[in-house]
Amino acid sequence: MTQIDYGRAAKYFLLQDFYVGFKLGLKHFFRPKATVNYPHEKGPLSPRFRGEHALRRYPNGEERCIACKLCEAVCPAQAITIDAEPREDGSRRTTRYDIDMTKCIYCGFCQEACPVDAIVEGPNFEFSTETREELYYDKDKLLANGERWEAEIARNLELDAPYR
Amino acid sequence: MADFFTNSPLGIGLLIVGQVLLVVVPLLVALAFLMYADRKIWAAVQMRRGPNVVGFYGLLQSFADFGKYIVKEVVVPAGADKAVFFMAPMVSLVMALIAWAVIPFNDGWVLSDINVAILYVFAVSSLEVYGVIMGGWASNSKYPFLGSLRSAAQMISYEVSIGLIIIGVIISTGSMNFSGIVTAQDGDWGLFSWYWLPHFPMLFLFLISALAETNRPPFDLPEAESELVAGYQVEYSSTPFLLFMIGELVAVVLMCALVSLLFFGGWLSPVPFLPDGVLWMVAKMLFVFFIFSMVKAITPRYRYDQLMRIGWKVFLPFSLFWVVFVAFAAKFEWFWGVYARWPMGG
Repeated sequence: MTQIDYGRAAKYFLLQDFYVGFKLGLKHFFRPKATVNYPHEKGPLSPRFRGEHALRRYPNGEERCIACKLCEAVCPAQAITIDAEPREDGSRRTTRYDIDMTKCIYCGFCQEACPVDAIVEGPNFEFSTETREELYYDKDKLLANGERWEAEIARNLELDAPYR
Repeated sequence: MADFFTNSPLGIGLLIVGQVLLVVVPLLVALAFLMYADRKIWAAVQMRRGPNVVGFYGLLQSFADFGKYIVKEVVVPAGADKAVFFMAPMVSLVMALIAWAVIPFNDGWVLSDINVAILYVFAVSSLEVYGVIMGGWASNSKYPFLGSLRSAAQMISYEVSIGLIIIGVIISTGSMNFSGIVTAQDGDWGLFSWYWLPHFPMLFLFLISALAETNRPPFDLPEAESELVAGYQVEYSSTPFLLFMIGELVAVVLMCALVSLLFFGGWLSPVPFLPDGVLWMVAKMLFVFFIFSMVKAITPRYRYDQLMRIGWKVFLPFSLFWVVFVAFAAKFEWFWGVYARWPMGG
């Protein structure tokens, strides 16, 4: 003889779950939305956010990168290709600095490895393109990014410095 | 002029076409906004914004979707039976639309005032399952076939209880004509004379069966995304898919209209001193649609055996018992004769 759970049966037939769910649904119905209107509104970004890469320059206009190739070596996706030669004034500089953004996994190791804060990942994450080729970044593109995002990048580096 | 529309064959034909358009066009336009409302309600419960880009507050989203469906490429699977494949969505849409021929929106606002109206609606909505079966079979693919079989079993199971619930209402009214059913609900107590009160448990049974019948969540097993990808719609794209979607939604709105007519007194006003009218009918349909949308938002999908169990082991005995009960209550005029309304209605 099995025992009948009358309480449970009553709940089942009176659709109790449904009422509770309906009430909960209506409660959330009038709550403020959790989502943002993305292209018009954006969520907050951490100073450590790892977005599109940029090559930075010193305030006097000299490029920071000294072609030590640490970033190339550390890159787990092998997305970075660097060629270097001595410049006319004898300093070591890159002749070629390519990042294949389709390979990059945005781990930030290049930024960690860089001894002169030359290669950094900036706050920009909206750089989608219509062709794959446009994502093979060369040195010009990276330096241009550096100029475009320098203010934000410098601010982020400064904010993050106490934790490094 | 009046003679032309009442006597000449061309005139009568034009009149009928005009009347049909008068029902179908507002229905389809309303459908676009109902689709939008459905998505907005769903989104609001999940604290999302829902479509809000196309037009003011996204009001034109459905029309944008419509345009997109139309211009997409129609893909026909290589193994598909082409004729049946293309007939399926049309059957689905046409069957959903022609049921509206007997739905009255106000006193006398009905395309064809036949005396077996409810039987006609019941027959036509049963035929809708053919669209689904044909679509699943003609796709010549596994998931669509499984989905369509599930759908067929589900719709047939729940039609049984829907039919029995309707029989209860018919016994109370003594008429199968919708206008008769609505006038029978007219009483001195406003909304308390409607059938939802004497037929109270059946209202919920009907709502739930309507959800199952129209393949709405939580009974959307035929298109269960997590199991069957999209069920019978898998191989459909572009306009055929659009037709399926519209057909499904028209069927849902039809169920809203049925609930309003059978249990909420159609165009009757809920308070005795306000005038009756088409606005009450629309308001009731919108209310039922809101319930349907909320159910979609708050309930998880049923498992197939649970669905079948509820259909055959709970709803069928319960509605069968109710038919017997209503028959006795009407015959012997129990409860001050609330179950015997035929002197008032048909």
